[in-house]
Amino acid sequence: MSAIIHGAGAATALTTFNSKKLVAPCRTNLPARSKRCIVVAGSDDASKSFGSSSVLSVRRPQKLIANAVATKTDTSATTGHELLLFEALQEGLEEEMDRDPHVCVMGEDVGHYGGSYKVTKGLADKFGDLRVLDTPICENAFTGMGIGAAMTGLRPVIEGMNMGFLLLAFNQISNNCGMLHYTSGGQFTIPVVIRGPGGVGRQLGAEHSQRLESYFQSIPGIQMVACSTPYNAKGLMKAAIRSENPVILFEHVLLYNLKEKIPDDDYICNLEEAEMVRPGEHITILTYSRMRYHVMQAAKTLVNKGYDPEVIDIRSLKPFDLYTIGNSVKKTHRVLIVEECMRTGGIGASLTAAINENFHDYLDAPVMCLSSQDVPTPYAGTLEEWTVVQPAQIVTAVEQLCQ
Amino acid sequence: MAIWFARSRTLVSSLRQNLGLSAIFIKHNYSSRRPVFTNSQLSPRVFLDPFSSYRHESTAVETHPYLVQQSDHEDDAQELDFPGGKVGYTSEMKFIPESSSRRIPCYRVLNEHGKIISDSDFIPVSEKLAVRMYEQMATLQVMDHIFYEAQRQGRISFYLTSVGEEAINIASAAALSPEDVVLPQYREPGVLLWRGFTLEEFANQCFGNKADYGKGRQMPIHYGSNQHNYFTVSSPIATQLPQAAGVGYALKMEKKNACAVTFIGDGGTSEGDFHAGLNFAAVMEAPVVFICRNNGWAISTHISEQFRSDGIVVKGQAYGIRSIRVDGNDALAVYSAVRSAREMAVKEQRPVLIEAMTYRVGHHSTSDDSTKYRAADEIQYWKMSRNPVNRFKKWVEDNGWWSEEDESKLRSSTRKQLLQAIQAAEKWEKQPLTELFNDVYDVKTKNLEEQELGLKELVEKQPQDYPLGFHN
Repeated sequence: MSAIIHGAGAATALTTFNSKKLVAPCRTNLPARSKRCIVVAGSDDASKSFGSSSVLSVRRPQKLIANAVATKTDTSATTGHELLLFEALQEGLEEEMDRDPHVCVMGEDVGHYGGSYKVTKGLADKFGDLRVLDTPICENAFTGMGIGAAMTGLRPVIEGMNMGFLLLAFNQISNNCGMLHYTSGGQFTIPVVIRGPGGVGRQLGAEHSQRLESYFQSIPGIQMVACSTPYNAKGLMKAAIRSENPVILFEHVLLYNLKEKIPDDDYICNLEEAEMVRPGEHITILTYSRMRYHVMQAAKTLVNKGYDPEVIDIRSLKPFDLYTIGNSVKKTHRVLIVEECMRTGGIGASLTAAINENFHDYLDAPVMCLSSQDVPTPYAGTLEEWTVVQPAQIVTAVEQLCQ
Repeated sequence: MAIWFARSRTLVSSLRQNLGLSAIFIKHNYSSRRPVFTNSQLSPRVFLDPFSSYRHESTAVETHPYLVQQSDHEDDAQELDFPGGKVGYTSEMKFIPESSSRRIPCYRVLNEHGKIISDSDFIPVSEKLAVRMYEQMATLQVMDHIFYEAQRQGRISFYLTSVGEEAINIASAAALSPEDVVLPQYREPGVLLWRGFTLEEFANQCFGNKADYGKGRQMPIHYGSNQHNYFTVSSPIATQLPQAAGVGYALKMEKKNACAVTFIGDGGTSEGDFHAGLNFAAVMEAPVVFICRNNGWAISTHISEQFRSDGIVVKGQAYGIRSIRVDGNDALAVYSAVRSAREMAVKEQRPVLIEAMTYRVGHHSTSDDSTKYRAADEIQYWKMSRNPVNRFKKWVEDNGWWSEEDESKLRSSTRKQLLQAIQAAEKWEKQPLTELFNDVYDVKTKNLEEQELGLKELVEKQPQDYPLGFHN
């Protein structure tokens, strides 16, 4: 399959590279496209062109950001408090339940057990057994229940013990949750939040390591967000609860114990906004959820090698924040997407299409997407590791793209 | 406890050896252990063992219909402790039969000739209510007939009649309060009719015009009205049942004097959502009334191919839900049953299951020709001899509350009103282009805005390729 090689018409100085040099040593994650010759177009903008004399010369940016993780601008005057991601989710949920008596929680073992990842710990004691409801085991039923309750005026937060189990709730999510506001002519709203841990964990097996965002992304009428830090976890949880639309909040099994200091005051994160993790000049790396951390790890290495990646955590999986992404692409002209979804039909695939469609003229190289292979996640540790994009692959991909 | 039984076993075995009894029919108490049989002969009680007792009755299938509630009287005093509470035990291996010898009887008040059966329990219905009920049943009949014909003439694309089920539709609606939230399946437009949805509003939805509350987004007969507390019909079967549990839950949380009422057909009870919805409502102790219209057919699937239980009413107990089987073609019985169920649901905060036996006289929908899979005379029989509208009419007439004159007046005026409604609905303009993108979310997202713009531009460029009135 041939990629769109940009710049054939407008090129002034073309430098072609020996394609063999571009083949990454890692195995299967890089797409077949990477083996092809990448033609870099020299553009009119002098600051953007690479020196034609040396193959690997990279323009050093004026200001090198040595830190892999950008320090957040300290906006809050008050001191924050430190907590883990699952506690941030719980805090967000608790604050919203205090604020609005219509907010309720339902799911398996969310009551006195506190949820399989302790996100609902303590809530049943505070708000009672009815408001933090332990349901029998039937995902389609409690999702349907949440929808019915939402249509009657409550604001349920539905927890799937693992996102993979929500496949059983697909009928309710797709046919009713996403559609009923539309088909009823706007008469009924469904302000539910469907949340749960997903993604590849540590040897949890194929059924417990799924990336449901790929399956749900086509459903019209729902919004999808993925949290990755305690700060945005709390903010997104609160925003999702306050939203009138059904929102699916994707958490990651391995991120629940991340620690961070978050502000004391009330804040929410915009559901449709992407997060600038690290501004840069050379390449835009788009990622979300756990892969953000692999990207940041790779960024450390890249910075030491002299690259200046711009890392954006897209956060909003449906709809994409093409405004932030677009501005970044217009600046760097190179895009690398790093995701945990499968190659086929994942978030990366959709994002690649969206970027190619909207920002084609700004690209100096084809959009590269690093994703998991189209295999069920194996149990064996080494195999599992190979299924997930690793920082080394990210580094190689960036080097490739930036040549 | 374990030691106690172990001792009994050793005692038994030692006694067996001592007494040289090899032909003792021994049954173990635990169901998990396979019983040890020396032979299958039944032998008389040989010796007394204080710790175990012997059953020498036949192990033939128990024919008593309420076996579940009985326990072996000799062992009543002894109980086992398991998660879920204490349970009596029996040393007799008895399988609960797959069906009881007698089917659960059907509650009815009016006989086929419209006369109240003596000594019936029922909630009396006033003249005003009875007349209104009859009028609405007749209106529903006329409405179904005219809309069906309209579909046949190509004026609407699809329609689904409730012929034969008018009593269920109207009598159940009459028994509810307006605050009760109704989650229909699709064969219950009568409930909406009762609540005040006009013939014009029905027509608008079927034509999907600009006046449709659903804004032209759903197929015909997928009515929905939040002001009438009638949730929009959704095509997938049984999805409304867990949602009803959710509505019951919400009403319980808000301590409202209302319940959720949801309908399902016999076929829909095979869906997983039926089981889950009932189970959830029972566990949550939610005020939900589940009404199953057992009309004998799920498109072409007869109930004998749908389930092997004695209908749906027996399933209620399996979930811990109070249930009743009622003659769905008897308006008075349906009214009493639904009214009582509603009171129970709200006052006692529990779900109730009603199985209304009836027959689907019409085809499944306008896309179906039921003569292909059932006998025409069967349909004719139910249409004429077991007609619920006629049956109720006889009772109302016998009370002197209705006359032939009233009948012809009602039918002709309804017919006229319907024809006018259809004509008006047909002429009414259709939804503008903007309604394609509205209400997907509360506020349009960027990608939808782009898509809308793209489509608008396309239509402006080539207006001749798009229907008239498509422009904003």
